[in-house]
Amino acid sequence: MPVFCASGAPLMAPSMSPPPTAIRWQSDTDRRTCILAGDWTVHALARRGEVAARRRALGDFTDDTGWDLSGVTTLDALGALLLWRHWGQRLPVHLTAPPIWLAVFEILASQPIAAAPAVEREWLAPVRQLGDGMFAALSHGRDLLRLLGQLVLDLGGLLARPHRGPWREISAQLYQAGARALLITAMVGFLIGVVLSFLSAQQLRMFGADLLIVKLLGVSIVRELGPLLAAILVAGRSGSAITAQIGVMRLTQELDAMQVMGISHGQRLILPRVVALAIAMPLLVVWTDAMALLGGALAAYVQLNLQPAYFFQALPRAVSAANYWLGVGKGVAFGGLIALVACHFGLRIQPNTDSLGRGTTASVVTAITGVILADAVFAILFRSVGLL
Amino acid sequence: MTHSIDAHPQEDVIQIQDLRTAFGSHVVHEKLNLNVKRGEILSLVGGSGSGKTTLLRQMIALDRPVSGVVKVFGQPVHGGSPGRRRALRRRWGVMFQAGALFSALSVYDNVALPLRELRTLPEDLIHDAAMTRLALVGLDARDAAKRPSDLSGGMVKRVALARALALDPELLFLDEPTAGLDPDRSDAFVDLLKDLHRQLGFTVIMVTHDLDTLFALSDRVAVLAERRVIVCAPVAQVLAVDHPFIQGFFLGERGRRAQAELTPSRSV
Repeated sequence: MPVFCASGAPLMAPSMSPPPTAIRWQSDTDRRTCILAGDWTVHALARRGEVAARRRALGDFTDDTGWDLSGVTTLDALGALLLWRHWGQRLPVHLTAPPIWLAVFEILASQPIAAAPAVEREWLAPVRQLGDGMFAALSHGRDLLRLLGQLVLDLGGLLARPHRGPWREISAQLYQAGARALLITAMVGFLIGVVLSFLSAQQLRMFGADLLIVKLLGVSIVRELGPLLAAILVAGRSGSAITAQIGVMRLTQELDAMQVMGISHGQRLILPRVVALAIAMPLLVVWTDAMALLGGALAAYVQLNLQPAYFFQALPRAVSAANYWLGVGKGVAFGGLIALVACHFGLRIQPNTDSLGRGTTASVVTAITGVILADAVFAILFRSVGLL
Repeated sequence: MTHSIDAHPQEDVIQIQDLRTAFGSHVVHEKLNLNVKRGEILSLVGGSGSGKTTLLRQMIALDRPVSGVVKVFGQPVHGGSPGRRRALRRRWGVMFQAGALFSALSVYDNVALPLRELRTLPEDLIHDAAMTRLALVGLDARDAAKRPSDLSGGMVKRVALARALALDPELLFLDEPTAGLDPDRSDAFVDLLKDLHRQLGFTVIMVTHDLDTLFALSDRVAVLAERRVIVCAPVAQVLAVDHPFIQGFFLGERGRRAQAELTPSRSV
């Protein structure tokens, strides 16, 4: 490698005390020499503005500039790369450097720096995204349908041979999704009941229709709000948990392990969750209803001085049993729907963290949207039931 | 790497004194002492549950011992101001057993991340540094665009090594660097580490179960048993120690085979 000394002349520093700067220029009879000194590591270069300052001080690169690295005390890859880039990825002709630094540049010279592949930008990206989205929706629909079909088969199997059913898993899920959700559903139900009753009571009192509050609260809570509230809470609570759980099982290859042992995912993962939520949800609906009505009765007592005893006596006359059964039926449907959607998104999770986050979000959003859509369908189908 | 003209080759990079670790009533380390010299490759070995990985995690300040002092570059790793701790962390690189690559980022971004996190370097310099690091571990530009999930086990280890080297650490921690690699790839990885160590001159602390790796790389071996380091010496001296764990670990059938294979190449 051609290494020439920049100048044989002794260093004639303009000022006798060496300045702390890392770069110094010295003009000689035949050429200008750039004298580098001090710390050339990432720790020095990481100071704000340091790289830009050194680049400015290095000036323009020309072939007959001399370079003197004798004063450099420390040099690492980043410092070397800074110089290397400045030198146009080759060693300058007039270079003085101790062998230890030359070795660093030799390593750089032996491996030309490849360009990182640029991120390709498509000008038709929006169109492609639209198409991708449509195909993704189609594939989601197909997968969900397949999951539903498998679930029906598994349910048939469960009914045919109940003693071989995954009862332990079902009971565990029942506890997780049902019993442990009692507190939060009670709290939210109670507060919504209070708020609803409080606001309606003010309006009803204006018209002197105080007693209508029983019917108003009863029908709206038992028929609509109770099931919907419970479903939204369970979707956020258990739906996300199911998706994340199955997703992590994909990450840790537990799903693969189950498959090779001949344990079907449908039987052991999906069926217990769907059955458990389909059992837990109607119970939670009744529980939420009760709490919301309790809150409503309490607020009515405070606002309208309506005795709770009267409230609960009048309730059965105001709300027909059909409304209760409709609410409970909605609970079963919503529970199954939430579990199915959660399992579906859990099974589609790819083994990376990004996918886990997106999958869980998509699962909850889809479950809640699905519940509200299903609620609308219920409202249309049963519009003539229990409202008279 | 940070080549330094005025380096003191025999200075201790890591000093551990009277370390005690306990999980509840289960005592893992008791009165543990260990010194690591600058520029050496030190292997930590020990039976399952002897606290090798815990010790490693304590050195990189992920875990805190019950009592005792862990000093890296002469500074205690636990305690001190956040700024000083951050500065200390930039001087070492860690390669985790499973790679711990960020799955949301490409290979290139994984390696560039430590440099970008300094928030002061220009992108062209980061690009050059990341690409030279990738080239150093034998990956090319096509691999740079890949996602960690698309990589084979050996490539994950290489990328993890490239990332650990991104800031030119003076000290490199490797947790089971060859675990999960087939023998060919394992040998290739050992050669790669050896080359890099010669070129860049960093200090290496490595936890390993793999005797081939151990014999091929270690300058010294620290054996963890009976809650402390029972011996820390070159392999030959360790083998001479009469201790049931050492005899079982090194002089079993596999140990003898690994020694027989590697003895000639070590004398080079």
